Amino acid sequence: MTLTEIINHPLTRLVLGLVLILVFVGVNGLILVWMERKVVGFIQRRPGPYEVGPHGILQSLVDGVKLIAKQLVTPRGADRFLFWLGPMLSVTPVVICFLPIPFSPALTAMDVNLGLLLILAFSSVNVLALCAAGWGSNNKYALIGAARAVSQSVAYEIPLLLSVLCIAFQTGSLSLSAIAQGQSQGVLSWNLWVQPLAFVIFFISATAETNRAPFDLPEAESELTAGFHTEYSGMGFGLFFLAEYTYMIVVCSVATALFLGAHDGPFLPGPWWFVLKVYALILALMWFRWTFPRVRFDQLLNLCWKWLIPLGLVNLLATALVLKLVE
Amino acid sequence: MGFNWLSEPRGDYYTRHFVPTPEAEGDRLILNLGPQHPSTHGVLRVVVEMDGEYILKAEPVLGYIHRMQEKMGEVKTWRQYLPNMGRVDYLHALAWNWAYVGAVEKLAGIEVPPRAEYIRVITCELNRISSHLLWWGAYLLDLGAFTPILYAFADRERIMDILQMVTGSRLTYCYYRFGGVSADLGESFIQATREFLKHFKTRIPMFHDLVTGNMILRGRCEQIGVLPLEMARRYGATGPVLRGSGLAYDTRRAEPYSVYPGLEFRVPVGVNGDAMDRYDVRLAEMSQSIAIIEQALEIMPDGPHLNPDVHERLKPPPGEVYYAVEGGRGKIGVHLISDGGPKPYRVKLRSPSFCNLQLFAELAQGTLLADAVSILGSLDLVIPEIDR
Repeated sequence: MTLTEIINHPLTRLVLGLVLILVFVGVNGLILVWMERKVVGFIQRRPGPYEVGPHGILQSLVDGVKLIAKQLVTPRGADRFLFWLGPMLSVTPVVICFLPIPFSPALTAMDVNLGLLLILAFSSVNVLALCAAGWGSNNKYALIGAARAVSQSVAYEIPLLLSVLCIAFQTGSLSLSAIAQGQSQGVLSWNLWVQPLAFVIFFISATAETNRAPFDLPEAESELTAGFHTEYSGMGFGLFFLAEYTYMIVVCSVATALFLGAHDGPFLPGPWWFVLKVYALILALMWFRWTFPRVRFDQLLNLCWKWLIPLGLVNLLATALVLKLVE
Repeated sequence: MGFNWLSEPRGDYYTRHFVPTPEAEGDRLILNLGPQHPSTHGVLRVVVEMDGEYILKAEPVLGYIHRMQEKMGEVKTWRQYLPNMGRVDYLHALAWNWAYVGAVEKLAGIEVPPRAEYIRVITCELNRISSHLLWWGAYLLDLGAFTPILYAFADRERIMDILQMVTGSRLTYCYYRFGGVSADLGESFIQATREFLKHFKTRIPMFHDLVTGNMILRGRCEQIGVLPLEMARRYGATGPVLRGSGLAYDTRRAEPYSVYPGLEFRVPVGVNGDAMDRYDVRLAEMSQSIAIIEQALEIMPDGPHLNPDVHERLKPPPGEVYYAVEGGRGKIGVHLISDGGPKPYRVKLRSPSFCNLQLFAELAQGTLLADAVSILGSLDLVIPEIDR
C-alpha cells in the first residue's frame, strides 16, 4: 500500500477526520464562548471580558481550565449512570455530525451520500442526553427542564425536516457535498433565493433545536434556575456547554451548506467562505439571544404546530409541484 | 469522602405541612421557588404545587429576612430609628424616610420650611425613577431579556450619583430630618438633575422602542395575571398594582401631603389590570416624576432647609399618629404611638409589598409556571419590605 492509498482509505479518513473535528470543535468552542461574551458586551454597551490576554481572548481558555479543575459532584439520590451518561452523550454525537459537512470539495471528512440524514439522526441523540441528565439528577427543576427539552425537540424536528426535504427534493440528493456543488455558480445559484421560506423555517427551528434564546426553555433560569444542568458541576456542565456551542456550529454549517452556497464565494478560498458564513449565522443567533425575551412554553409549541409545520408542508408541496411541472 | 445521613430529610415545616389541592388528580409536583431562586429577587420563597407546567396552588413563605424593624423602633430613640428607614425598602428609601419623618413631625407639630418640602419632593421623585428603572430591568430579566437591565442601570447609576451629592449614600439613604433635610441642594445638584432629566426624556421613548412593542414581551404580559379591581381592593393593593387595575388611587392625590397639591401631574391608570398594564403604568409614572421634578426645581423658594427649633432629644407629646406617602410600590404608612418618652411606644409600618404579595397566591392559581414568574415580577416586590 502506498501512502496515498493509506490516506484515501475510508478508515484512515474517518479517524483522521474525527481527530481534526475534535480539534475544530474544541477550538471553536473556546472562540464562540469568547465571541458570545464580546457580542453580549457590545449589545449591552460594556466591553465584555477584557482582563485575560489582549481583549480577553484567553478568558474562555482560563474558564475551561477552571471547569476542569472543579470537583465533580454527584448529587445524593441521583442515578449515577444516567447522570454521567448525559454530558457524554450530548457531546459525542455532535462530533459525528461534522463528518459529512463540506467545508470545501476537498475538505470533507467523509462524503456520505446520506449525509443530511446522518446529521439529522445524530443531532437528535442530544435530546436523549438532556433527558438522561434531567432524569438522573434527582432534581425537580432538572426534571421539568428535561420534559420541556423533549417536547420542544420533538416538535421542532418536524419543521426542520420539512424545510430540509425541500432542498433534498430540489437537488435530488441527500449528500451535502452534492447540494453544495449545485450552488457553486455564484451568489445567484444559492438555494436561499429559490427557497427563502424553507430557510426561515429552518433557521427558526434550528434556534429552537439548539435551545437558544428566545427558545431556551429547558434552561430558563428565571423559572427553572438552570434547567436540566442544575446539578452539574465542573466539566459535567462544561460538556453540556461545549455541546450547545458545537451544536450551534453544526446547524449553522448545515444552513450554510443547504441555503447559503456552502463554500462558494469570490477571492477567498472555499473553506474560509464557509466558516465566514457559519460565523455570520452564529452572530445572528447570538443577536437573537441577547435582544429577545423568552417565549412561554405553550407559545413555543403553538408557533411550531400552528405556523411552522403548516407552512413547511405547503412549501414542500409547492416545491414538489413545481418540480413535477418543470419535468 | 462520604456523609452519613441519619434519615432522608423531608423538607421543612412548610413542605411537610403543605396541604395539596384535594380535587386534583394524577401526578403532582411540589416545587420550591426560593428562598434562593433567580426569579424571586431576594429571599422570598413560594411553595408551588404543579400539575405538569400548571400551577394548582402557590403559597408564599415569608420571614427569611425578618429583622424586627418594628420592634427596633421601640428600643431606639425617635432620632436613632431614622437610619432604619432606608433599610426597609432599599429601592425607594427616601419614601420611607419621608413617611417616618412626616409622622413624627405630625405628632410633635414640627414646622417644615418650604424649601425643605421641595427638596423632599425632588429627591423622593428621583428615587422613584431609580426604583422603577430597577424594576423595569429586573422584570425583563425575569422574562428572559437580559439586555434591558444594563440600559436601566446606566440611567440608575446617574440618579445614584446625583443623590449621592446631597445624601452621601447611594442606596440606603438617611437624608430627611425632623423639620427638614440634612443638607441643602447645591448648584451642582440642580445642574446635574436638569441635565439628567433632559437626557432621561430621550431614554423613555427608546425603552418603548426597544422593549415595549416587542411581540414576545406582549405575549408574555398581555392578559397575564389579570387583577380585577374588586380583588385588588379585597387584598388592599396599592401603587402601580392597583392603578394598573384602573383605580386612580395615588396617595399624593388621595391624601395630599407636603407640596404635592401645588404640583401638576397626572395619575396613570391601566384598563385590563394585566401585567402589561402594570408595566405601562410604571413607565408612565417615570414621565410624571420627571414633570414633578421640573416644576419643583422651577418654583423651589430660597430659605432654610432645616427647622432649627427641633430639640436634639425629641420627646413628642403622648398620642397616636398615622402618616402615609406614596412609594414606588404603593402606599407607605407609618403608625406611631408615643407615650411622651424619648422612644416610640409602638411603631407599625404598613408596607405596600406585603399587601401586594398576598395577591400572588390567588393570581398564580391555574397559570403556567412561566406566567407565575411574570406575575411575580409585575408586582414589583421588595422582599426586605415584606418582612420588615
